Amino acid sequence: MRLLNIRPRGGLAVMLGAVPLLAVGLLYLMASQARHAENPRDKLLPTPEAMAEAVQLMARVDPLTGHAPLLVDTLASLERMGLALAIATAVSLLLGLSLGLLPLLRAKFGPLVAGIAVIPPIAVLPILFIVFGLGETAKIALIVFGVAPVMVRDLAAHVAAIPEEQLVKAQTLGSSTWQLALRVALPQAMPRLIDSLRLSLCPAWVYLISAEAIAADVGLGYRIFLVRRYLSMDLILPYVAWISLLAVIMDVTLRLISRRAYPWAYPERGR
Amino acid sequence: MALLSFRNVWVEYGDKVVLENVELSIAQGSFVSIVGPSGAGKSTFLRLVIGQEAPTRGAIDLEGRKLRAEPGPDRGVVFQKYSVFPHLSARDNVVFGLDCAGSALRGKLSGAKRRAALEQADAMLAAVGLGDSGDLYPAKMSGGMQQRLAIAQALIKKPRILLLDEPFGALDPGVRLDMHELITSLWRDNGLTIMMVTHDIKEAFKLGTRVLAFDKRRRDPHAPHRYGATAVYDFPLDKPGAVGPEALAGLGQ
Ligand SMILES: Nc1ncnc2c1ncn2[C@@H]1O[C@H](COP(=O)(O)OP(=O)(O)OP(=O)(O)O)[C@@H](O)[C@H]1O
Ligand SMILES: [Mg+2]
Repeated sequence: MRLLNIRPRGGLAVMLGAVPLLAVGLLYLMASQARHAENPRDKLLPTPEAMAEAVQLMARVDPLTGHAPLLVDTLASLERMGLALAIATAVSLLLGLSLGLLPLLRAKFGPLVAGIAVIPPIAVLPILFIVFGLGETAKIALIVFGVAPVMVRDLAAHVAAIPEEQLVKAQTLGSSTWQLALRVALPQAMPRLIDSLRLSLCPAWVYLISAEAIAADVGLGYRIFLVRRYLSMDLILPYVAWISLLAVIMDVTLRLISRRAYPWAYPERGR
Repeated sequence: MALLSFRNVWVEYGDKVVLENVELSIAQGSFVSIVGPSGAGKSTFLRLVIGQEAPTRGAIDLEGRKLRAEPGPDRGVVFQKYSVFPHLSARDNVVFGLDCAGSALRGKLSGAKRRAALEQADAMLAAVGLGDSGDLYPAKMSGGMQQRLAIAQALIKKPRILLLDEPFGALDPGVRLDMHELITSLWRDNGLTIMMVTHDIKEAFKLGTRVLAFDKRRRDPHAPHRYGATAVYDFPLDKPGAVGPEALAGLGQ
């Protein structure tokens, strides 16, 4: 049988996925143990116990501030992320739909969006800090600036690719431009928008953590860059794992929402 | 008076002439089949009637008034593909036209009006033989079912003319026969006017009351784009069997 025709199913698929993960974990444990056997004060590959201890410390309410740093960091980062992604999504929907649907706007603003999309967002960060100050606005602006142009272009291209036949058909059914946008283009744009939002999660985290590393007093990115000075791998590693878990949860949630709300976009297939 | 008339219509793209000097009038209630070799401008001709394109020269009148170069609800269309909305169920596809007419802002009716519209849509679905497929999305339908749906969707607006561009071109022979029966009975029962492009000359003669063949009258071997196509043959079929497919045997070589 050809390799591309072998399809794992059910339990086998789960096992196939779990094995590499377990292997990586096991490898880490072995390496960590080996290093600790040599040097019990090793900081590079902390043992699971050390990591658990560090996390517990962060999860406990600090009597001085009255907050648990882990919780505060998480909430701060999620708030920045949520706001930024909400703004980026709204902007993409509005611009992507109108650019994709109206040749007039495409001719006028297409080159501008394309131009903005090639600017490396991190290079703009100093400008954002100067314009918006070191507060929340600059961090949120960085994420929006980082992900929105790509999302706008992707959605505009997707909407522009709706077959001409459909647009003509809608018009012969008496549809105005507005009705066509609302009832033909918008619903067909939504699954794509959610997909492109999912793909934007990764760069969004990069921009968030960069911004927090440079100017913040709370946040997941701020914390790992803070404890980096003390080589606190026992805290950095769990934080990285936690960030990854948050990213995965967001991704899975978005996928579920899309499948629930737009079942027509996911016809059942063999593979 | 003719329902639709073409007066000296030309279509040119740059220096490429696609249609030249088309002079035709289409009577109310006729079923016009349009045949011709690939690239002869059949779809272009249909696009003119739909309003997707304006003639470079000449004029087209619909019921004595100049045709607006924009698609409108008085001209329904069914294409070979992509005629239905993939994100709407069959029923919602058919109701779409009523939704647009009834609600300018939301593009969707609600309450009792929507229920009445749904009933109308169900009747239309039943008329094209999709009575119990109202809840299906087009992706779950066969090619023949999708074309039935596209026809129902167009007919709910009661268009003055129904325009079909190779509507059955992608269907199996058996399904095609069913579709012939369907379109013939819809045409007869509702007094429709139909213009249909097809590559199948038998189909053209079987369904049409009139067959138009598009081709170039003149050819310049060194500059094929110099001359456009026009209706070189025009067969009225009011005497059944008067003309057969043989008449077109030499066409398009
Ligand atoms: N936008 C355009 N710009 C330039 N040429 C065009 C354009 N649209 C169509 N044409 C040309 O017009 C000619 C007629 O095209 P049309 O699609 O009307 O042919 P057709 O008779 O429908 O062919 P087929 O049977 O293959 O569908 C073709 O030579 C095509 O290349
Ligand atoms: Mg064609």
